Amino acid sequence: MSNSLPDLSDCGVSTPPERPPHPAFLAIYLLLGIAFGFVLSRSEVLSWFRIQEMFRFQSFRMYGIIGSAIATAAVSIAIIKAVGAKSVAGDPIQIPSKTLGGGISYAAGGTIFGLGWALTGACPGPLFALIGNGVSVMIVAVFSALVGTAAYSWLRPKLPH
Amino acid sequence: MSGLLSSTWPWYVAGPIIGLFVPALLLVGNKVFGISSNLRHICSALLPRKPDFLRYNWKEAGLWNLVFLAGVLIGGFLAAQIGPPHDVAISPETHAALTRLGIHDFSGIAPREIFSWNALLTVRGFIFIVIGGFLVGFGTAYAGGCTSGHAISGLANLQLPSLIAVFGFFAGGLIATYFILPYVIGGIG
Repeated sequence: MSNSLPDLSDCGVSTPPERPPHPAFLAIYLLLGIAFGFVLSRSEVLSWFRIQEMFRFQSFRMYGIIGSAIATAAVSIAIIKAVGAKSVAGDPIQIPSKTLGGGISYAAGGTIFGLGWALTGACPGPLFALIGNGVSVMIVAVFSALVGTAAYSWLRPKLPH
Repeated sequence: MSGLLSSTWPWYVAGPIIGLFVPALLLVGNKVFGISSNLRHICSALLPRKPDFLRYNWKEAGLWNLVFLAGVLIGGFLAAQIGPPHDVAISPETHAALTRLGIHDFSGIAPREIFSWNALLTVRGFIFIVIGGFLVGFGTAYAGGCTSGHAISGLANLQLPSLIAVFGFFAGGLIATYFILPYVIGGIG
């Protein structure tokens, strides 16, 4: 195991060179987030019932959604790489690779998250979209998730990675 | 148009739209789509004493994502205003299985018997909401990503670590569904 910080890209943090985003860009991220929250709602992937249907293999729906989302993203990334596209800000687009390390963190962390996904019926994005949808008790689940992340950050030196 | 915005979307509409958030964020600002790192950013911003994992400039690394996350909450709110949440049309098999486990109220997005402020004070509500939330936060931090960061961004970029993580997601989800839910839904009120 390594004691170095994991690649920040592992969890969606962007690549260097890092600059504080321009306010106009923040407005775009806000609009994209609003669109994403809307899509999570209309697709019903934030529903505990849908997550149960998925883990019981009783409908193709969730697999169709996740599978076609991955396929669309994969084709998009392939095109971006093939044409060497640049971002609006002018940077060449780079997607950092994830470092495998011992691989234990992915298996163990993934399994722990999976337990929480089936219990709450929500991954992190849907937790917030559910609050917007009026399931206000999910504020408590978000608070617990923050406690969970803080607990990991303290235990990290003792955990296998 | 209003029908399209207020009704449930079929999988082949919802999935590709979700996938398009990956190139959209890359093209706008070279950002990698992933929600769970926001939990880390919030901890980094709020905790007075920080372990190494939380010592970084959260504003530079994550302000964009926190703004995106605020949008997700607003987007959920708008969706509920435009087309109020209605019953989720799950398969009859799932309906029957959950009924056997002790779910009676199938109205709304999530079962009110579990996800309500009243239920929070029961052992069952505590397990689903408080313990479940804790596992989401701990697991995504440990795995370095969630459904968006690993299953969608990671697999679309052919990352082996993400494939391992996604196997883990399903292992955990199946364990909870088949070995934990039967005891906590029906067993304890």
